[in-house]
Amino acid sequence: MFSKKTAMASALAVMSATLPHLAQAQEVGLDEKINQAISPISNVIAGAMFYSVPIGGTAFPLIVGWLVIAATIFTIYFGFVQFRRFGHAISLVKGDYSHPEDAGEVSHFQALATALSGTVGLGNIAGVAVAVSIGGPGATFWMILAGLLGMASKFTECTLGVKYRNEYEDGRVSGGPMYYLSKGLAEKGKPGLGKVLAVIFSICCIGGAVGGGNMFQANQAFQQVVNVTGGENSFLAGSGWLFGLIMAIVVGVVIIGGIKSIAKVTEKIVPLMAIIYVTAGLVIILSNISMVGDAFAQIFVGAFTGAGVAGGVIGALIQGFKRAAFSNEAGIGSAAIAHSAVRTKEPVTEGYVALLEPFIDTVVICTMTALVITISGELNSGLTGVELTSAAFASAFTWFPLILALAVVLFAFSTMLSWSYYGLKSWTYLVGEGKGKEIIFKLFFCLCVIVGASMSLGPVIDFSDSMIFAMAIPNIIGLYFLMPVVRGEVRQYWAKIESGEIKKVK
Amino acid sequence: MTDQPIVVGYDGTDAAQRAVEFAGQRATAVGCAVHLVYVLEWSPYSFLSTQELEERHKRRTEELSRAEQTLKPALDTLNKLKIPVTSEVRYGHSGELICEIAKEKDACQIIVGRKGGSTLGARLLGSLPLTLVQASPVPVTVVP
Repeated sequence: MFSKKTAMASALAVMSATLPHLAQAQEVGLDEKINQAISPISNVIAGAMFYSVPIGGTAFPLIVGWLVIAATIFTIYFGFVQFRRFGHAISLVKGDYSHPEDAGEVSHFQALATALSGTVGLGNIAGVAVAVSIGGPGATFWMILAGLLGMASKFTECTLGVKYRNEYEDGRVSGGPMYYLSKGLAEKGKPGLGKVLAVIFSICCIGGAVGGGNMFQANQAFQQVVNVTGGENSFLAGSGWLFGLIMAIVVGVVIIGGIKSIAKVTEKIVPLMAIIYVTAGLVIILSNISMVGDAFAQIFVGAFTGAGVAGGVIGALIQGFKRAAFSNEAGIGSAAIAHSAVRTKEPVTEGYVALLEPFIDTVVICTMTALVITISGELNSGLTGVELTSAAFASAFTWFPLILALAVVLFAFSTMLSWSYYGLKSWTYLVGEGKGKEIIFKLFFCLCVIVGASMSLGPVIDFSDSMIFAMAIPNIIGLYFLMPVVRGEVRQYWAKIESGEIKKVK
Repeated sequence: MTDQPIVVGYDGTDAAQRAVEFAGQRATAVGCAVHLVYVLEWSPYSFLSTQELEERHKRRTEELSRAEQTLKPALDTLNKLKIPVTSEVRYGHSGELICEIAKEKDACQIIVGRKGGSTLGARLLGSLPLTLVQASPVPVTVVP
């Protein structure tokens, strides 16, 4: 079946290469049709999710405020945990507190790495470019701020993820907001509310999985591949459905076929890609070190004056906050699913480890991308998304778009795999476990890859943003109720450290 | 009679079985105990997918019981020779762990088998015998 499909796909690829005019005419038609069919739906959802109030002459989406206020409250409530316990988080990741007898179990490092591979990706490359192209360099400042605050949200949700996870008899472990919402709120005497929030979360998470975790990824990966294969003259231009089909088949082989080797290969290459990306970024920044001061000046000035940006300061702020949340997913609840499997007796330890995630993702990687874009001077080129990042890197290394295209496709792929799991967990929470039920979700997930690759950027971004942000509503309501539980965990944990009951093993 | 045991690296292969037999002879001659170590290669810094995270604890339990099964014939061999024998299954880096255990147990020597691989890979990455020869705190015997 698989070989038949790929054979067909490659035949189509050859055909579209040899008959550009004929093929293109047909394919544009198909892409357009998918676009027209989906746009009205995504417009309605995005409109509802991003209900905005006018502040300072600009529309401010309430949902962005919701996330930032929550992050600020957690930051204050936990006494700036992201700064005070940063060092402790590092020593936990290094394994300083891991008992040797637990070797072979999921380590803090592994839980963090897996969660990171779900978040580091297009948000860091394409999302940042969208933020600075709309919000100007100043958006970077707000993005960093949102990243720093988001560390506290991540801390809260991942501690709860571990505390209320399910440990099945056969030894499997799974957790996430659906469990802490239902179990945690039941403990607080609100079982009904907990159940409702858990169900809403699961529905939104499925939407987020097919939106930001899938269609956005497929879309941006396709854009970048078209870009490096000749832009508008590329043999792939206009045939997003074809690219989507190929990608869907590969994703399907892994998540339905259970072919681990492909996932294994990706997992080895993705960290390497991340290292190449960061190294290239650092080289560009260091070789233009004289311009870094100026870039930071632009970032600060832009943040508080909003010069030349539609919507001024608020415009820059909205873009920065939005893209930070989209990139590091703090307060969204997704990462709590990945972090829950860690081997630890103390839930709060995983919370500390998890707070490193927005730091690496947003404060380090996103900022680097923003600096490269600002330094390159490509900001006024009219490009956006991954094309802008690509152009910025190309200004230093002409060959870089090729590497970036490969990185984008691989990041997209690994993010899709992570989100297919998050979506699946939510789906089985709603409909129950079972092979047949799981296959239905997985097939639907693959179909969405094709849809995502076919659509134009606007509707895809709107749809993925709105579904991912929607997850934050039930999640954060639950976090407010449960934050005293986290505080209790923190207190008993530090009491044990002080009494020497928990100590470093290295 | 000495209370310093011989530590034997075991993984169920033919080479490991030869090492056990050789260790049996030595232990009988010296009059010491044998401690079998089965190391499951593992790094806490390796990368797992979300699915693997979920199943890790389950898999570990399975791997441990499989390892115990694999140890059985070796234990039988030594029991037949009336040699006091103990064993343990550990996760980690085989070279490091065997050295650590040898120190812990105050072993008189380490015995491991050698698969006879001379491939480029083994040369570049280093094999267990090579690592032990370089790093072991006690004498090492490699059984061909």
